[in-house]
Amino acid sequence: MAEVAEIAINVKNLNVWYGSFQALKDINLEVEKNQVTALIGPSGCGKSTLLRCFNRMNELIPGARVGGQVMFAGTNLYDASVDPTEIRSRIGMVFQKPNPFPKSIYQNVAFGLKVNGYQGNVDEAVERSLRRAALWEEVKDRLGTSAFKLSGGQQQRLCIARALAVEPEIVLMDEPASALDPIATLAIEDLIRELAPEVTIIIVTHNMQQAARVSDYTAFLMVSEERSGYLVEYGPTSQIFTNPKEERTEAYITGRFS
Amino acid sequence: MKQHEQLFTPRRTARKITGVVFYALFLSAVVLSIAGLLTLVIQVLIEGVPWLSWHFLTNYPSRHAEEAGILAAMTGTVYLMVLTAALTIPLAIGAAIYLEEFAPKNWFTTIIEINISNLAGVPSIVYGLLGIALFVSWMNLGRSLLAGSMTLALLILPIVILASREAIRAVPDTYRQAAYALGATQWQVVRGVVLPSSLPGILTGVILAMSRAIGEAAPVIAISALVYLTFVPGSPLDRFTVLPIQIFNWISRPGDDFRGIAAAGIIVLLVILLSMNAVAIYLRNRFQTRSEE
Repeated sequence: MAEVAEIAINVKNLNVWYGSFQALKDINLEVEKNQVTALIGPSGCGKSTLLRCFNRMNELIPGARVGGQVMFAGTNLYDASVDPTEIRSRIGMVFQKPNPFPKSIYQNVAFGLKVNGYQGNVDEAVERSLRRAALWEEVKDRLGTSAFKLSGGQQQRLCIARALAVEPEIVLMDEPASALDPIATLAIEDLIRELAPEVTIIIVTHNMQQAARVSDYTAFLMVSEERSGYLVEYGPTSQIFTNPKEERTEAYITGRFS
Repeated sequence: MKQHEQLFTPRRTARKITGVVFYALFLSAVVLSIAGLLTLVIQVLIEGVPWLSWHFLTNYPSRHAEEAGILAAMTGTVYLMVLTAALTIPLAIGAAIYLEEFAPKNWFTTIIEINISNLAGVPSIVYGLLGIALFVSWMNLGRSLLAGSMTLALLILPIVILASREAIRAVPDTYRQAAYALGATQWQVVRGVVLPSSLPGILTGVILAMSRAIGEAAPVIAISALVYLTFVPGSPLDRFTVLPIQIFNWISRPGDDFRGIAAAGIIVLLVILLSMNAVAIYLRNRFQTRSEE
């Protein structure tokens, strides 16, 4: 594969604090465009915090502070001139637990279109997004019913459709399958692989097999003595899983600690 | 088996009796309170229904019970409630949204929050006196419908604000997160997600508060005190009277006839109250099913 690597997000010397507690320390990371990048590591290593740096969701937490740069499309996301609402419409997010709005299936997908002033045909955009999330066939006859009537796996795919509707360049996924059963999990993983050629996906997971199955690149984070997260190793998933450079990576992947 | 008996003193009979005793206590508590209410309602119906007539509903008070009507007090109450709701609901929801969604958590907002809770416990006559001083005299509104509804709005604002805040606080944060993650502004999050989800709870608060307002006599007596009103208020600046005042006036007169029309007045008050609540409950259920089904 002679592809020219394009960078979707370039993280430079990123530090994150919650109050006086440093959650992330000196992270440097180049996320490849239209690839799936997995963030793995033991709990408390800050992989979710890192993910939330990419769409500035951390600043909704009182006391959170970010230092360093996150370069996206030529600008630093943390520049004073950058509007977080614009960033979030270009970098979507899917959460750990399916969190559809208490609205109809249709309204869930249309919400992001409405708030961002979508100029096209909303009906078509809703259908397109549901198709991309592999949910259309299951819900096309009941778009008006509540999203809560769907199963957990369907709800999560609806949340993916909701994120895709805004046509983001990047989709962040925070353990998107951890609340789902194995079959629904596989459906989400298939979906991630299908989306990857068009969208950059960054996924946090604590499931090694999942990272190995879905991702092209893997970043392994660990937590220091001071409870701060730091990046141990980053590279193509095949290399991280078969031939890691760091002994700690190998120890974690083979399950010697978690 | 023997060992088991030595370890425990089960007293099964005593425990069962205790259960039965408490069951009976709780049941009688329910029966007593419902029986009290039923007696009242039946008593009122027996005394009042014979006096209910088209004449009663469409005429003004009179010195003779058989000629007296309730039109002024009935329309006064309806107008007062409509005005009060129109003043209260936007203010209360606005304040609740500000306190829950926008206000920074500092000493200033803490003081505001504590005082709102305190205001909910202030006796209603105090609001009546405040209404006289502030609206009737200082703002020069006179003893008008508007002054009355502003006073009642002050009285029920804390109740609606507290209930609305509870309802807004009960909206899961995951909804807000999801909306923010789609690029929504703070106002879009509130308008598109928080308000629709909390509306049923807010409406419940409105029902409770309006039910309290419709029965309040003390602050309205302070503002209006009029019983012999022979016109229907035509503008918010007209004088007015309300059902509780009219009913109180009739009850305090000698003669069974006046007790009868007082009971009829109570029936009218109950009907207005129940239909008001029915509308609110209908609205609440509509929003609930819309958001959950």
